[in-house]
Amino acid sequence: MLNRSYTSRRELEQHSFSPFVTLLVPLLAILLQAFIPKLIPRFAVLDLPLIVLLFFAVSRRSPIAGTLTGAVIGLLQDALTNQPIGVNGMAKSAIGYVAASIGLQVDVESPLTRILITFIFSLINSVLLFLIDHRLLGLPDYHLFWGHELIRAFANTVIAIPIFFLLDSTKRTE
Amino acid sequence: MESFFTRFKNVLVLVAVLLAQTIGLAIQVRRPVESGAPDSHDVTLMRYWVVAGVTPFERFFHFIGFDTRNAWLNYVNLRHVRQQNHDLEQQIARLRLEQAAFAEDAIQGHRLQALLAFQQHYIASTVAAQVIGTSGTDLSHILYIDKGADFLLRPDMAVITPDGIVGKIRDVFPRTSQVLLISDTTSGAGVVLSSTRILAILHGSPNGQVQINNLTADSRIKPGETVLTSGGDQIFPRGLPVGTIESIAPDPDHQPYTAIHIKPAANLSQLEEVLVITGTQSTLPAVAQKDLAIGASTAEAQAAAAAAIKAKAAADAEAAAEASARSAADVMADRLPSLPAPPPTAPGTTSPPAAATPPIPHPLPTIHPDRYTPGGTPPAADMTPGAKSTYQAPAVSAPASPDNPPRDGQQKSRKAPQNSNSATPQD
Repeated sequence: MLNRSYTSRRELEQHSFSPFVTLLVPLLAILLQAFIPKLIPRFAVLDLPLIVLLFFAVSRRSPIAGTLTGAVIGLLQDALTNQPIGVNGMAKSAIGYVAASIGLQVDVESPLTRILITFIFSLINSVLLFLIDHRLLGLPDYHLFWGHELIRAFANTVIAIPIFFLLDSTKRTE
Repeated sequence: MESFFTRFKNVLVLVAVLLAQTIGLAIQVRRPVESGAPDSHDVTLMRYWVVAGVTPFERFFHFIGFDTRNAWLNYVNLRHVRQQNHDLEQQIARLRLEQAAFAEDAIQGHRLQALLAFQQHYIASTVAAQVIGTSGTDLSHILYIDKGADFLLRPDMAVITPDGIVGKIRDVFPRTSQVLLISDTTSGAGVVLSSTRILAILHGSPNGQVQINNLTADSRIKPGETVLTSGGDQIFPRGLPVGTIESIAPDPDHQPYTAIHIKPAANLSQLEEVLVITGTQSTLPAVAQKDLAIGASTAEAQAAAAAAIKAKAAADAEAAAEASARSAADVMADRLPSLPAPPPTAPGTTSPPAAATPPIPHPLPTIHPDRYTPGGTPPAADMTPGAKSTYQAPAVSAPASPDNPPRDGQQKSRKAPQNSNSATPQD
């Protein structure tokens, strides 16, 4: 008889996803992010790929997976813009790594935790983009408007909660 | 060593990924950073694959929405269409009149441009395209349209709407093109302020506004002034509407310049269809020439109609003056003494034949003549200059009549005045 024991909370709550979901959900997020602002211009303030990245990172609890997921999602986002490819890639790689690392330490199933994670990482994403554009690429005209970034973080948080609950149904517990 | 990689594999992966992307950024970015510089081949290839993977879905969603909207608008929601058609007809009529008003000026302008050998660029051909997607972020003001190299689109072609300029083609793929909006930080356009004719350069700002920030403070520049393309950038033809000045404020980042914010004429946030200018020419296109000729003929017809109306008004005024003069003469005739009207004849009797000339009335005889009495002064021919007048007026007697026979000494009757004051006014 196979006895499977869990030695830590990490192994107990680690989730995986089918390849179909792993591939389709980020692509769908990027597609919707590119298409919906044409219909609703204010939708551009959101960052659906970031929300999806946060979900996969904290659910898998693997920093390497989070880093690679963030890199791929960010590079795909960059390819649709006129920015140099790698700006979003670097920012989201770092966020994927940190989010997955945090997922090892705290209970990410709680709605309050999800709200805090989404809000804080949205702000961190804005700061990282500013640092890369302003410091690394040396674009002097790039400014960080804190009011706008707070609105963006709030909007991302509001939209992230139902998306997280929707994506919970795609989890496969190992 | 093995334990080091095992222990720090997470961090090492992160560092490796970040390092690879940093190197990639360093390869892409040139010093100094050129706005709108073309991508390298590898970057273009990567963008091509991503765009090729994303745009079919965007196209699919777009056409689903487009067909649904068209079905609703064309077959279901037809309310107020008649009223709109009526309004549009009125608008066309008004625009034709305005076109006629401008046609003469336009013809004169073209003639002067030809005399001065002025090189003008007119839009010769355009390709209509539909917007199917965006970049997905407000940090990059990019649109994707459903026309690409298949329709001979090339980078740096101007993209406009009937309202104003939109941007330029940045990258072209086989079936898709990337449009860089004028609100992007890397975009630029040569513009001229319509009333002051000040040349400037238009840029996008990080928060998505369109602004001019290469002008110093000038009291002549006022909010509300129209901004047009100057043609100096060799992308947008001259004279296309860009927008209106919304506000003027000192630019904290570029002193002593001012930040002039422009409200774009085209609604950049909700574009459905755009026109890509694929060709320009130095002469006016045939369609525009035809429209101009129609406008000129309309202006001539208007002038002829106005002249006819003016002539008719003058004739009417002359007739009215004549009628009023005639009525005044009638009033005068009523007030002045004249012959009484002949008594009405009894029916059945024949009226006496009208006299050929009416009888000349004579003044009544003077009872006490003096020197002022007509005929009391000798004729000038009988008078001697300097001589004392010894003329004695002859005694005036009543004219001989059956009721008043002449007395003695009054046989020689005075000559009746030839010009009678009782002449009946004829007109």
